[in-house]
Amino acid sequence: MSTPLLSVQDLAIDYPLPGRRKTFRALNEVSLDIGAGECVGLVGESGSGKSTLGKAILGLVPVAGGQITFDGADITHLTRAARRKLAASIQVVFQDPYGSLDPSMSVGDILAEPLTTSGLGRRAADAAVKEMIDRVKLPSTVVGRFPHEFSGGQRQRIAIARALVRKPRLIVCDEPVSALDLTTQAAILDLFIELQRDTGVSYLFVTHDLGVVRRVCHRVAVMYRGDIVETGRGDSVTANPQDPYTRRLLMASPIANPQAQAERRAKWLELRADSAA
Amino acid sequence: MTAPLTDNIDPRAARRGSVLGRFLRRPAGAISLGVFAVVVLVAVFAPLLAPHDPNFVDLSLFKAPPSAAHPLGGDSTGRDILSRLLFGARTTLIGAAIAIAVAVGIGVPSGLAAGYFGGVFDKIATWVSDALQAVPGMIILLIVAAASRNSFTFIMITVGVFLMPGYFRLTRSTTLTVRNEAYIDAAIVSGLSNTRILAKHVIKAVYAPIIIQTALTAGMAMGMQAGLQFLGIGSANTPGWGAMMNDGFTAILTDPLLLLWPSLALGITIAALAVMGSTLSDVLSVRQPAPRRKRRPAAPSSVDDATTGALHYEPAAAAVQVRNLKVSYPGADADIEVVHGIDLDVAPGEVLGIVGESGSGKSQTVFSILDLLPAAGVASCDALWIGGRDVSALDRKDRHKLLGSKLGYVPQEPMTNLDPSYTIGYQLIEPLRSVHKLGRTEARERAIGVLTRVGIHDPARVMRSYPHQLSGGMAQRVLIAGAISGHPSVLIADEPTTALDVTVQAEVLELLRELQQEYGMALVIVTHNFGVVADICDRVAVMKHGEIVEVGDVATIFTNPANDYTRELIAASLDDAASRTELDAAYDTTERKAVNA
Amino acid sequence: MLRFTLKRLISGIILLLVVGTATFFLAHLAIGDPTVGLLGSSATPAQQAALAHKIGTDRPLLTQFLDWGGHAITGDFGTSWRNFQPVSGQISLKLPVTLSVVTFAIILSAVFGGLFGILAGLNPGTWIDKLVKGAAVVLFALPGFWVSLVLVVWFAVNLKWFPAVGYVQPTMSVQGWLRSITLPAVALALGAIVMVAEQLRNAFIAVNGQDFVRTLRSRGLTQTRVVLHLLRNAAPASLTVLALMFVGLLSGAVVVEQVFALPGIGAMTNGSSQNGDIPILLGITVVSVLFVVIVNFVLDVVLGWLNPKARVQ
Repeated sequence: MSTPLLSVQDLAIDYPLPGRRKTFRALNEVSLDIGAGECVGLVGESGSGKSTLGKAILGLVPVAGGQITFDGADITHLTRAARRKLAASIQVVFQDPYGSLDPSMSVGDILAEPLTTSGLGRRAADAAVKEMIDRVKLPSTVVGRFPHEFSGGQRQRIAIARALVRKPRLIVCDEPVSALDLTTQAAILDLFIELQRDTGVSYLFVTHDLGVVRRVCHRVAVMYRGDIVETGRGDSVTANPQDPYTRRLLMASPIANPQAQAERRAKWLELRADSAA
Repeated sequence: MTAPLTDNIDPRAARRGSVLGRFLRRPAGAISLGVFAVVVLVAVFAPLLAPHDPNFVDLSLFKAPPSAAHPLGGDSTGRDILSRLLFGARTTLIGAAIAIAVAVGIGVPSGLAAGYFGGVFDKIATWVSDALQAVPGMIILLIVAAASRNSFTFIMITVGVFLMPGYFRLTRSTTLTVRNEAYIDAAIVSGLSNTRILAKHVIKAVYAPIIIQTALTAGMAMGMQAGLQFLGIGSANTPGWGAMMNDGFTAILTDPLLLLWPSLALGITIAALAVMGSTLSDVLSVRQPAPRRKRRPAAPSSVDDATTGALHYEPAAAAVQVRNLKVSYPGADADIEVVHGIDLDVAPGEVLGIVGESGSGKSQTVFSILDLLPAAGVASCDALWIGGRDVSALDRKDRHKLLGSKLGYVPQEPMTNLDPSYTIGYQLIEPLRSVHKLGRTEARERAIGVLTRVGIHDPARVMRSYPHQLSGGMAQRVLIAGAISGHPSVLIADEPTTALDVTVQAEVLELLRELQQEYGMALVIVTHNFGVVADICDRVAVMKHGEIVEVGDVATIFTNPANDYTRELIAASLDDAASRTELDAAYDTTERKAVNA
Repeated sequence: MLRFTLKRLISGIILLLVVGTATFFLAHLAIGDPTVGLLGSSATPAQQAALAHKIGTDRPLLTQFLDWGGHAITGDFGTSWRNFQPVSGQISLKLPVTLSVVTFAIILSAVFGGLFGILAGLNPGTWIDKLVKGAAVVLFALPGFWVSLVLVVWFAVNLKWFPAVGYVQPTMSVQGWLRSITLPAVALALGAIVMVAEQLRNAFIAVNGQDFVRTLRSRGLTQTRVVLHLLRNAAPASLTVLALMFVGLLSGAVVVEQVFALPGIGAMTNGSSQNGDIPILLGITVVSVLFVVIVNFVLDVVLGWLNPKARVQ
């Protein structure tokens, strides 16, 4: 395979502990590559460091050690101004479809803001916004409306449109479907896949849900307490995990099928008894 | 001091419709604004309106009664009261404006910077603001007055400095809230500069509370100014309401009117500002529905409307049976019904799942059974059988006697469902002592017993802990321990694993299953996750928009769902869905076909 | 807990030092030559120089500061520049009057503010809630001395229930003392009562809406026991307001004492500021901030006890 679009080498992140001098190591020298047009899943439970890795790539948390390379350039410690230039290439979709849109701005303004910031004229920006709204399958009338008028799934479509509007090459998706209802979740995942096929954008897909990983990710890295414990193809890791933690994670996720779930539960009880012994 | 009115400002409200329009539609808003506008006009046009020079002394006017030339009479120096009153408005407003300009000018920018950037500046600015609030301002004002030879401007600037912490704290806390919103992170990633983020996103959230704060702070500034004038501070040639009140107060026994006019002027102006602030706050606030006292309407709802769901057991044999349950909330115009008449029951020893997406009414249903709906919600039903008895007619107190002993409840979010101020031990022992009337040692032993039973290895230490010292999974075990400590016959769990990690979810489900079998309880479990249903439930009711679309045993529902929506929900679970590799392969094939065709 | 307490204590002492220093330089630099104000404009330069030497203002400012500061730490604020009596003695003579009124006002605020706050918080949307809200809006804004005037006119002049002016020493007559401080205390407290009530009400409603309250009810606890949980969680916000009120009331007392002709530190401050009697002004400032620091310290300890999270950090 050619050089990856994004390469993370031995990345370490420390968080200050409130009220103490010591720090907490959230990421423990992890390495990860994402190719162009590829969707890489980052799966783990709360506190595993998966969101921290996403934030570090976005430049939202300071890096303690290691290196992040994007398109051949070192972006580990960028100045704010250099970061702003990178905004055209790396974008984000957050988990919370309620908090991630400024409630006092219209959808049109929310989507045009990244474009006008980059120096595009308002008319050209509006045209791009219109196209993007079409892309995420929202009616063009949403431009003048405000975030609170939309359901969670519709807001997430708006957030995706905002991420895509500058035609980035990588989008960090931080649990983008976990706040959504099941039926909405499936539709949004399909949208992610379709947009990736159409635009060739890469995704870093942060999630706690192995089902989501299986559905959208080409490759996956499993995180546990700041370390990557297993990497591999999305379908093989989620069907046939090698690492003991990944196996426990898989066996703990209930399946929507009573017979299959009874078997899985039996396996989970076995694993639990093994690890207790 | 931060005014109390800025607590519930809804950032969306600043935009919804015309704020001014809604402000003026309220009588309090229109009247207070009108009064204040009159004061402002009087202040601006005082030289034109005043019949006399406010400082001209006419000895014949000494405490003179009202006359045609002097409608309010004269003061104790022989000056025209009306003229002094009109010019006093000017002094009052200019003074307040100076103080507000200083307070806003320092407080808002420093609050923005402290809240947005944090760091050392935040620490220093917060300390200075706190220190200013610890100094009795009047004493410093008197020093400044003496030092500046009673300079009106200097005094009002100092007043502004003492009013500054109110703005600083308000701006800082609002900014801090906004700073933590994901949309600010999104704006940073979008490439916006700090200046632009502050100007476009933060200021918008800050300005409404500041306007409200200003209405109240202006009143406080006027009060302080008048107070200083009352103490005799300020030039004798500047007509001020406080000075006039002092003049009137010395003559209170002989000429009470001298005190009345300036007091009225000051009181009305400050009250108008206060009411303006309060009305604006109301207009911009999140609407809280008025709670209703009436609980269950006496008359049973009309018989002809159809219910959804089905009953499987004789009422007396069911652990819980509810007939034609409706739940409604007061809306803007009429009541909004969120559960539309459902029938549901569960037998002892049975696990019933209630499954649906957000807004389906599944949680409302169980809270109605528990009688723990939010204050505004109203539930009605034809019958509610719990443990072989129809309890629908019982009053609230008797209904609540069922809680803990007949009905146990396990909530969704473990970290917010324990009282943060009490130890775990206290929270477990309190109901055992006060509800179940156990003795001290007995209650303690029972608490330790249930904690051990739910898988906590170190119950004595956990009993001494506070909720914030526990992990989410541990807190959920504590909550389950609390729910079963009274040996209820029905355990109602509202999304008990949704907030938990998958590995913890499996543990909690396993625990619930064991406890249910051990105690022979009926378990009602509310969830949106069909995996959870498949794992633990015997029967399941599928809800959508406040109705039960299908109810049946788990095997049938999964293998042969009768309802389209049930089918759609099960299909939306990703377990058996095609993986990305399979999807891509299929896509490539169709693409190739399309190209070949 | 000990560390937490010590930290608060040190931060209080720092505040005291900063305010003392700042006020010293503010007063000296702003007032300039105090002898003009003390002797009047008719005094000769020789008289002025003699007084300046007597009160020590002919020395460099820094020397004066070190001298004053060194003594102030031991509780000695020097002598008045007007009557050459020790400042501490004069303040301790006047302070009880002010503290009686302010303490009485704080008690009224805590008791009635607490009562109305709980009633309104438990019954949001009812008449009592609306009354508290309406009163809070207007009374918060109206200055204490304005309210005092209304009270004097109504209860003292018209109804003659209370004496309009003057102070009775508690050693002379406890009843007379109470009667003499009731109206000033009520005048001061009205604003604070509604503020405390409003804060407690909001905190009560906020706590009542939290998930754990529903869970407490689900355990079968009676309404009384649930209210105790609410109170414990809602108290910190109101106590913080009460502490802020203490500062506000000290400020307000300066003017209110004038209305009721009470011989407290308010009247003394006013007189001294007009004369430029800096030692008295500095003494009053430091002593009042000392009381504020003590009140805040007690509050912090109570808050730490009420809120386990703050204690642990």
